[in-house]
Amino acid sequence: MQMNEPDAHFGADIGRRVIGDVILDLKNISLSFGGVKALTDISFDVRKHEIRAIIGPNGAGKSSMLNVINGVYRPQQGEIVFHGQHRRNMDCHSAAKAGIARTFQNIALFKGMTVLDNIMTGRNLEMKSNFLMQALYWGPARREEIAHRVKAEEIIDFLEIQAIRKTPVGRLPYGLQKRVELGRALAAEPEILLLDEPMAGMNVEEKQDMCRFILDVNDQFGTTIVLIEHDMGVVMDISDRVVVLDYGRKIGDGTPDEVRGNQDVINAYLGVAHA
Amino acid sequence: MLYREAGQFKTSYQADSQIFPILQDRVAMLALLVVAIVVVPLVASPYALSAILIPFLIFSLAALGLNILTGYAGQLSLGTAAFMAVGAFASYNFVARIPGIPVLVAFVLGGLSAAAVGIAFGLPSLRIRGFYLAASTLATQFFVIWCLTKIPYLTNYSASGVITAQKIVILGYQFDTPDRKYLLVLGVVAVMALLAKNMVRSNVGRSWMAVRDMDVAAEVIGFRLMRTKLLAFAVSSFYCGVAGALYAFAYLGTVEPEAYNLDLSFRILFMIIIGGVGSILGSFLGAAFIVLLPVLLNILAHSLSLPNSVASNLELMVFGALIIFFLIVEPHGLARLWQIGKEKLRLWPFPH
Amino acid sequence: MNINFFFEVLIGGLLSGVMYALVAIGFVLIYKASGVFNFAQGAMVFFAALTCVGIMDKFGVSLWVAIPLTIVVMILLGIAIEKVVLRPLVNQPEITLFMATIGLAFFIEGLAQLMWGNQVHRLELPIEDVPSEYLMENFNLLVSQFDIMAAAVCGILVTSLALLFSKTKVGRALRAVADDHQAALAVGIPLQRIWAVLWAVAGVVALVAGLLWGARNGVQFALTFVALKALPVLILGGFTSMPGAIVGGLIIGASEKLAEVYIGPMVGGGIEGWFPYVLALMFLLVRPEGLFGEKIIRRI
Repeated sequence: MQMNEPDAHFGADIGRRVIGDVILDLKNISLSFGGVKALTDISFDVRKHEIRAIIGPNGAGKSSMLNVINGVYRPQQGEIVFHGQHRRNMDCHSAAKAGIARTFQNIALFKGMTVLDNIMTGRNLEMKSNFLMQALYWGPARREEIAHRVKAEEIIDFLEIQAIRKTPVGRLPYGLQKRVELGRALAAEPEILLLDEPMAGMNVEEKQDMCRFILDVNDQFGTTIVLIEHDMGVVMDISDRVVVLDYGRKIGDGTPDEVRGNQDVINAYLGVAHA
Repeated sequence: MLYREAGQFKTSYQADSQIFPILQDRVAMLALLVVAIVVVPLVASPYALSAILIPFLIFSLAALGLNILTGYAGQLSLGTAAFMAVGAFASYNFVARIPGIPVLVAFVLGGLSAAAVGIAFGLPSLRIRGFYLAASTLATQFFVIWCLTKIPYLTNYSASGVITAQKIVILGYQFDTPDRKYLLVLGVVAVMALLAKNMVRSNVGRSWMAVRDMDVAAEVIGFRLMRTKLLAFAVSSFYCGVAGALYAFAYLGTVEPEAYNLDLSFRILFMIIIGGVGSILGSFLGAAFIVLLPVLLNILAHSLSLPNSVASNLELMVFGALIIFFLIVEPHGLARLWQIGKEKLRLWPFPH
Repeated sequence: MNINFFFEVLIGGLLSGVMYALVAIGFVLIYKASGVFNFAQGAMVFFAALTCVGIMDKFGVSLWVAIPLTIVVMILLGIAIEKVVLRPLVNQPEITLFMATIGLAFFIEGLAQLMWGNQVHRLELPIEDVPSEYLMENFNLLVSQFDIMAAAVCGILVTSLALLFSKTKVGRALRAVADDHQAALAVGIPLQRIWAVLWAVAGVVALVAGLLWGARNGVQFALTFVALKALPVLILGGFTSMPGAIVGGLIIGASEKLAEVYIGPMVGGGIEGWFPYVLALMFLLVRPEGLFGEKIIRRI
């Protein structure tokens, strides 16, 4: 398979992390909407600290797969094993509490709020005080708000968006919005981060920045990352393992090199007619 | 020149998250409070107090309530007046049936009753959205008023269906003159506005705004939709309930269920549209606008010797035209215009 | 319990439902073709009826002269609304447009009364509100001729509008506009003219509804509240379906009357004021998009 942009070398420093055991195992997941089968019998696992990419042509079911992992969709068949716990499906709230955070393909930021507020919403599961104490803004409620502000500011520093922290998110350019969305996901201090095309619509510099952030997150915070991405250069350079989907089925699973040489994968991308 | 922030930098997050971070704002707010508490009662005529300032404050409170529900939490409601009615009639009943109950406690209980009704009629919001929800809030509006009209227990078996709100006596001190009523209402509204502002800038407020902006994403982050929406209905109805009780006790005196009709719900909706949806300040600005406008139109009509019917029709037309005007020109209302004004003031006398 | 009585109440309810449907059709028309929920439809009904009666009273002309003149006025009103209200708000969120129509409603109500006065006007239509002799003799049913004519008018109106939408070029353009304003502009649909046409047609529909309602109840301000009753009709029937508006109207009209007659006495009467809304609410809980409405799918 031909690599594009051989100059832009994204993944220079990986290899120092230790990839751990399997923390998320998806078994025989099938999902359909009405008559349309979005996913058919998909199984793969995700190991701690790794960067797992999901790739495939448009409409292959990649976003649906992420939606199943964090509970937005319930699969008709299959099982999700997370930290040894078997479940038929996830629901949004449990997934969030269990440490799964995500970004969306079409940015799902809260357009009416500032950058800082958006990132603070990511902290909500840690907030314990009830609304009455918040109404008084006194004592525990105030301390808690300040403490979470500190955490949010750490993320703002990490993502280098200090200058825009009080700007309403709707006014930011697309690339910065994507970065803020990443910040909101990070604010939850997740164990697994699901990224749905985090670099879509970005130019080379923005992509490099985003890659740097993703790698830093994986490196510094130890966060496991599941990533959907179309840019093959990025995928092959930064991921540890890759899953390939096509028409809702898994057609490849392995390291970037293994997948690169897989004939089925090549056929899917080159558009060879299916039997 | 006057409004420079130069030199005012914050060295702690606590300082940064104040309601009025700029010194000039704090000074202005303090001055406003002094004027409101000390100067106004001395200077204003009883007419100005009873017909303008007291209703302005009461409507601001109701507008705050509606703003919490519609502006911050995004649940469009046309049933505001019904919640006000519940607050009024519940407070009246508590005072009438529990001898010696402090009036402020009765108001709080009235507000809680309204909150309970709000939660009950807010349950549909878990399934329904947008103007389907608005249509179902009409059910609330009509049903509640019907109940208050038809169930004699609620009006303490009054023959005409009209209730006369009891006198307000707190710790032996009678609140029966316009300036005393004004101070009481001012106190209640100021406290509740402060509580609202605090809620809105904390996690609660963020949860509401998240649900308003994109509820699926909010759920994914971990906000509980049901809890958030129902809390919005509860808090909003509480505010409207207290406002309704004040409407009966400190403004109208005698009141019937029909006083809390659909027209009133629309008026309060207009207040938040014109004042600024999703803004605490906007609730006040909108209320001021809607209270003052008929007064101004009346003066205008009298000076032009127009008959009363013409004046009232003109009022309808001007209201309608202004709503459309604001939606076109500044959908975020007077509050946004105020913000823009402040930003221009920061740069003054320079243009940019 | 007299079975005949039940049928009379039922039929009376169905026919009043037809009247609701007439107003609802105006809503559906505008929503289907521009995505705007026109809260001002009730005000337009009032304005149309009042203008017609006003012209008759002021200039002493007959009904058949006043009607075309009123149609002209409604067309002008439609054009004005498009220019002043809709054009500046192109592509704003639905809720903004909805609130703008609330403002418009107030404006039109004030304008109508400013132009023609605040009193109640009587309106006489050629058909009298007397029981149909045919039905009385053959089925022993007390049903008004007027109601039957209203039902017929409604049927004709719906059929012609349905044909307009599905068979003509204008209809296709209207459907495109309803889906996406900017896309319609991009393919060259003359948005402004289409909307002016649309609101003019809605104005004519409002006139028909206004004349029938006005003949029944007198032309007065209370006519504007008929629009509110149309909301439960639309909830049941879906906002985008004209047959749905009729079915919804029939259900609401019938259930409202039956509830008032059979349940009303048990709880002190006056149920009509809220029963349709509560019914619609219950319905929404089960089927949030109405009987005939389109299911809303949100992609994440």
